[in-house]
Amino acid sequence: MTINDLRKIAPGLKSIERIELPEPEKYLLDNGIPVFLIDAGTQELSRVELVYEAGSFHQSQVLQAFFTNKCLTEGTESFNSKSIAETIDYYGAYLKKSNEKDLATISLYSLNKHLDKLLPVLHEVALKPTFPEGEVETIVKKQQQEFLVNMDKVSFVARHKFSSLIFGKNHPYGQMALEGDYENVSSGLLRKYFEERYLGAKFTIVVSGKVPEKIIEKLNRYFGKHPIKQNQNSQELPAISTIGQKNQFIAKDGTLQSALRLGNSIFNKLHPDYQKFKVVNTIFGGYFGSRLMTNIREDKGYTYGIGSGIASLRHAGIFFIASEVGADVTQKALDEVFIEIEKMRTELIPEEELSLVKNYMAGSFLRSADGPFALAELFKGVFPYGLNMEYYSRFLDTIKNITAEEIRNLAVSYLQPDSMVRLIVGENRI
Amino acid sequence: MINFEKFTLGNGLRVIVHQDASTPIVAMNILYDVGARDEDPDKTGFAHLFEHLMFGGSENIPKYDVPLERAGGENNAFTSNDVTNFYLTLPKQNIETAFWLESDRMNQLAFSEKSLEVQRNVVSEEFRQTHLNQPYGDVWLLMRPEVYKVHPYSWPTIGKKIEHITNATMEDVRAFYGKYYNPNNAILVVSGDVEVSEIKPLAEKWFGPIDNHGENIRKIPVEPIQTKARFLEVERDVPIDAIYKCWHMCSRADEKYHATDLLSDLLGNGQSSRLYYQLVKNKKLFSEINAFIMGSRDEGLLVLTGKPAHGKSLEEADVAINLEIEKLRTTLIAKDELQKVKNKVESTLVFSEMNVLDKAMNLAFAELNDDAGDVNLEAGKYQAVKPEDILAVAKNVLKLENCTTLFYKAKKK
Repeated sequence: MTINDLRKIAPGLKSIERIELPEPEKYLLDNGIPVFLIDAGTQELSRVELVYEAGSFHQSQVLQAFFTNKCLTEGTESFNSKSIAETIDYYGAYLKKSNEKDLATISLYSLNKHLDKLLPVLHEVALKPTFPEGEVETIVKKQQQEFLVNMDKVSFVARHKFSSLIFGKNHPYGQMALEGDYENVSSGLLRKYFEERYLGAKFTIVVSGKVPEKIIEKLNRYFGKHPIKQNQNSQELPAISTIGQKNQFIAKDGTLQSALRLGNSIFNKLHPDYQKFKVVNTIFGGYFGSRLMTNIREDKGYTYGIGSGIASLRHAGIFFIASEVGADVTQKALDEVFIEIEKMRTELIPEEELSLVKNYMAGSFLRSADGPFALAELFKGVFPYGLNMEYYSRFLDTIKNITAEEIRNLAVSYLQPDSMVRLIVGENRI
Repeated sequence: MINFEKFTLGNGLRVIVHQDASTPIVAMNILYDVGARDEDPDKTGFAHLFEHLMFGGSENIPKYDVPLERAGGENNAFTSNDVTNFYLTLPKQNIETAFWLESDRMNQLAFSEKSLEVQRNVVSEEFRQTHLNQPYGDVWLLMRPEVYKVHPYSWPTIGKKIEHITNATMEDVRAFYGKYYNPNNAILVVSGDVEVSEIKPLAEKWFGPIDNHGENIRKIPVEPIQTKARFLEVERDVPIDAIYKCWHMCSRADEKYHATDLLSDLLGNGQSSRLYYQLVKNKKLFSEINAFIMGSRDEGLLVLTGKPAHGKSLEEADVAINLEIEKLRTTLIAKDELQKVKNKVESTLVFSEMNVLDKAMNLAFAELNDDAGDVNLEAGKYQAVKPEDILAVAKNVLKLENCTTLFYKAKKK
């Protein structure tokens, strides 16, 4: 065969074998704080993460959790914000903080040779922050400005509003900060949240990378000595209350594109259908070759991108469809979304497409497990639910075994246009 | 340290192989030596539009993404003013699929009318999403033509205007492909748990028979030295004023590049940088401020962006910036401060070698600039920079007459 004949035939493929991810090694510090070690990778570096149950779900006032997390590095008993930043930068490290709905995290990335110089800073930041008034004020003003800029972006407005439409604005997952709320953030408010959810609260340490020698001993010195009490999580979960219209339109004049967000509340990772529904979502809007992308971007050219996803929270889940589309084709794009939903609900997926999605998802999973930080992300995705890494082997089995009938039945159960919130932000041209 | 082997095929395609046995994933990166600087000034945005068309089907593969997804792979691409770069990752047992896909579109693109029509729309939406329907999104549309008077860096990768994209014809597409998408104008890198002895025959088999259809001969005008400060002011529907400043700097290959990069870090990279500490924290004149460089192949830019704090004017903000800059131009910096930014660069480099895809890209870019082996010399070049070098670069680059300033004012409501 000549090369030109060879080019006509795709090379043979080998499928991905079932893989078992190693469970992290678990240790307990003297005060009972659990440490998980994920020892992998080729570079002499590591990441030490402190994971707290201190996300916005637990706060008593909007922005409280966010700014508590944000201002941990703004000054401690021994260091001011400048010397914290100087030390971190001097040793070429990164100190990142993140605050989500359920969890809040402090992460230290560093070369192993500098770790001993950096752990004392992490210790101060995690146990002895002082939330100096002046610094807090500067940070809050800065964020308020950023918020104003973001509110000019249709996609941000849509994302910002969406959770409150799904859960109701009085639900801990539906809270929504407005410009004025920034005025109510004070040092005292953050201090209070810090004492409740960080200091003395139970947290988890995850170390990934080429785990440095004697790490447990070192962590014990800095994080294993202070007393820990059990977290107070007894609060009753308020019911989801979405009063009013499911269709919401937020006008923004002069915009060239509209942001679309559709979706509903759904189960989380603990539900028996969750993994299977991930497959349904992938087919529908979860990868470049998905139904939504193929139709609305690649065939119609209405958008640069459109996708769907399922976000698992500790006490609920969110299914969403998101895009920014040309303002004059907003309605057309919406129509196509519903056509694609209807197809998912009524037609069986062709065998060829299903096998493609299965291979794609298995490959994609393999990528998501590549490297120490990636493994740590996977672990952080399951341990808050009381699950372990075996969850992912099961996920690969689910992908392998799911049938076209199951997919259609799941679409009928969970892709329901009538129960979806429909949010459009943009110029009113519909 | 990234170990690699390099060989060149008969048609001029350069192939680089890096072995990393720690991962089941293999990365393939193909860099084409063509970017927005190669465009006709009346047909801008074309290199980027063409990047999209490379996914619209080749002679034997109607949709590029489908077989790749079937092989468990994923891909993406980006275009800059200098290059167009395509990359993919997939499980290593399916590596031949990557060779098949990439060689087919280098060998013969399908030139589908439908793909051109759809991608003109998609890219127009991208233009709107990233440059028009976005607060401050048009900054580089405004700034570039002010900074570059003759060099084609005077337009952004997305193009000067949407009409240039919607007017693109199939004839343009064919000509561009013929001129730039040739083996002797590309660099192929494979990185993962692979042996050179298995990659070489695959490269020969799939890429070896591809002919060059043309030659990439560049005639890019040299930007004359700026001799007078330039100033631009616009008013837009944004909530907060912003300031942008650009200074011309050397090219990526120049020996002063590393000192210039460190200079920008000292100025405005991160919370311990001079501008952040003095102007955000101390004087509370700014809510945010950053400095960075555009490490382009031709003479690039050192850029500063900032947003004044509430109630502070752009004029006083500008004065404060110039004050900080003057310090850097007149006083030798302390060794410790320089060591800080060097350490940061060192760790950034180590972190950028964590996965096979990043390593593949690093190798491809180094090879394009000069030699793939340079990836392993970068750290040393940064360490060798002395306080005197920083002072010299600051004096030479951060001159008033070398600067262009944009006041981006919020429309009063």
